[in-house]
Amino acid sequence: MGLTRNVGLSAALRYKGQGPMWTFILHRVGGLGMAIFITTHLLASFLGGSAGQFVNDIYENWAFQVFIFFCVLFHAINGLRITILDLFPKLIPHLREAIWVEMAVFIPTYAVAALIIIRNGLGG
Amino acid sequence: MEKSHPVVLPLKKRGLNFEMLMWIFTRLSALAMYALILFAIVGALVMGARTQMNMADVLRWGFMPNSNHVQSTNIPDIAPWSTPFWRLTGSALLLVAVAHGVHGLVVICDDYIVTERGRKIVRLLSIVMMVSMSLIGLYLLWQDLLLG
Repeated sequence: MGLTRNVGLSAALRYKGQGPMWTFILHRVGGLGMAIFITTHLLASFLGGSAGQFVNDIYENWAFQVFIFFCVLFHAINGLRITILDLFPKLIPHLREAIWVEMAVFIPTYAVAALIIIRNGLGG
Repeated sequence: MEKSHPVVLPLKKRGLNFEMLMWIFTRLSALAMYALILFAIVGALVMGARTQMNMADVLRWGFMPNSNHVQSTNIPDIAPWSTPFWRLTGSALLLVAVAHGVHGLVVICDDYIVTERGRKIVRLLSIVMMVSMSLIGLYLLWQDLLLG
């Protein structure tokens, strides 16, 4: 199968894909983060005991909650943008504008939630 | 900035195979998860979450309507939260989410594992993971009702 990509890491890092590339990467990071979190969460609840308690302590930590809420919220909002554009392909030429709308929803929502999580985490 | 204008093929020329079905499933299951989560949040508000729970508790319930998720709140009685109705809603959300997530992992693996043999192994592992995660999740949702 001729599916090798002849692109080195440094060339890949210099690629300026802008919004569409960054949403693609963050969608992956968010999806992977959630997949790992939900798998360990299910296994921890299933196994219980000290191993389950250890995993529970990790995701009750405020730093982890800031991360996982980023994963969930970004994946959800970006996923909705992808779904709308893919189900209505006439909108695809407006991809970049759609990403600006997405950011206008995501950034304030996430900022407020992260602020509250961090404030509570630091005991304020 | 020049805009790209992708060519959209008619459905007949695109063909209909498993990957195409999973592509549309990923989109539709995303909408289904939005609907199920909103449904669970509305249900929580109907059951009195407005005065008995904070936003974080409501969201924890929304992302998986399992009565374990509201044990630590101020609700007076957990019975309405652990009915078969909510267990079924949770099961639907679980199965849709596991299928969506495991397929997402396959898509990511396909970007890095390009041999025919490697991709077969990925698919085999994905089926094992999907079945085991679904069964573990269903066990956790139904155990105290069915197994005492």
